Amino acid sequence: MTTVAPTTTQRLEVRGDADVVRVRQLVRGVAQEARLSLVVQTKLVTAASELARNTLVHGGGGHVTVELVTEGARTGVRAVFADDGPGIADLDLALTDGWTSGGGLGLGLSGSRRLVERFSIDSAPGAGTRVEIVTWSR
Amino acid sequence: MSDASTGALSQVLTRHADEVRTAWLDAAAAELHGRSSRGELDREQTEIFEALVGGLADGGTTLRDAAFDQLRGILADVSAARARLGYTPRETAMAVFALKEGLYALVSDASVRTDITSLLRLVDDLGLYTFEAFAEAREAIITEQSEQLLELSTPVVKIWDGVVAVPLVGTLDSARTQVVMEKLLNTLVETGSEHAIIDITGVPAVDTQVAQHLFKTVVAARLMGAQCTISGIRPQIAQTIVSLGIEFGDIRTRASLADALLDALESGGRSAAEVTG
Repeated sequence: MTTVAPTTTQRLEVRGDADVVRVRQLVRGVAQEARLSLVVQTKLVTAASELARNTLVHGGGGHVTVELVTEGARTGVRAVFADDGPGIADLDLALTDGWTSGGGLGLGLSGSRRLVERFSIDSAPGAGTRVEIVTWSR
Repeated sequence: MSDASTGALSQVLTRHADEVRTAWLDAAAAELHGRSSRGELDREQTEIFEALVGGLADGGTTLRDAAFDQLRGILADVSAARARLGYTPRETAMAVFALKEGLYALVSDASVRTDITSLLRLVDDLGLYTFEAFAEAREAIITEQSEQLLELSTPVVKIWDGVVAVPLVGTLDSARTQVVMEKLLNTLVETGSEHAIIDITGVPAVDTQVAQHLFKTVVAARLMGAQCTISGIRPQIAQTIVSLGIEFGDIRTRASLADALLDALESGGRSAAEVTG
């Protein structure tokens, strides 16, 4: 695999609803910088919105880092959502469409995975949750 | 040199009032050039100065003392007024910190034997208090504005006989949804409309939370016997909704507000020709 070189990294704290909006705006800005198409941009921003809200609602707050990455001639956006919350006991269940721990639609986590190119999640009970997403320009 | 008593400080200030006030006014006027007139600053400073001297004479040592109640009140008023007039935090705080220039003049004056260190410390406190009051006033303004915006940003308009529309712009959170839903339901009743169109052209991203809020609004409108259509679904939003896996079920959706309107009129028993012609 070729090396992925980040060019700029920006970090945001997620402590309230207003921060979810801020994450969305930041991701949109970086996605435009990475020259993602409008559809890819919208998908990425929507995924970021879902994941940032998860960080807030389920993780009790945390932080998000967003960076522009390059790989050869391609540019992309990588975003990492991390919290020190209770963690997820059953990842397979959490990634099932329609399964929800709260009153949501149960599509946030599973849907986000379909909205981006690369999706990885790292979580254990009591150890917090870390979700990384990457989307590339065509 | 030990700290001078507050009474002595009050006496020094009274004796050298002119000297201190002039240096203070000069420094403040230089900082606020053009924003406040000398006359305004002078009036403000007279009030602050008198309250400060009075507080010291009553034995106040720190700004929290009851002796300085009046001074705190004046500072809070001045800061709030500045915040509303759009002064910067620096300009607001400098009006008070400039008092130190007057006090430095006392230090270099050989005829003054009183140690004014505690007075300088007190002025620092005054400055910080001004700053806090300013920030508080700004917070209050922001809260007020966001409440106003909430009202402003959710107009429900009657676009045809029996058809009302809500153009949504921006972020759709729980608070906005509540306002939108209430307004929509009220307007449906007031205008006796049977069709409601929720236009989301201005909503930048439709995630699961936004979708859920939309669903709730649609269901509420239906319970009142109205038909509800969601319009303004742009191509990128449609693709995102599909990838995300959100099912709109039997909720009617249209690409544009015009389509939704035509649709509503036709289902109201009027033919397209009658409507467009």
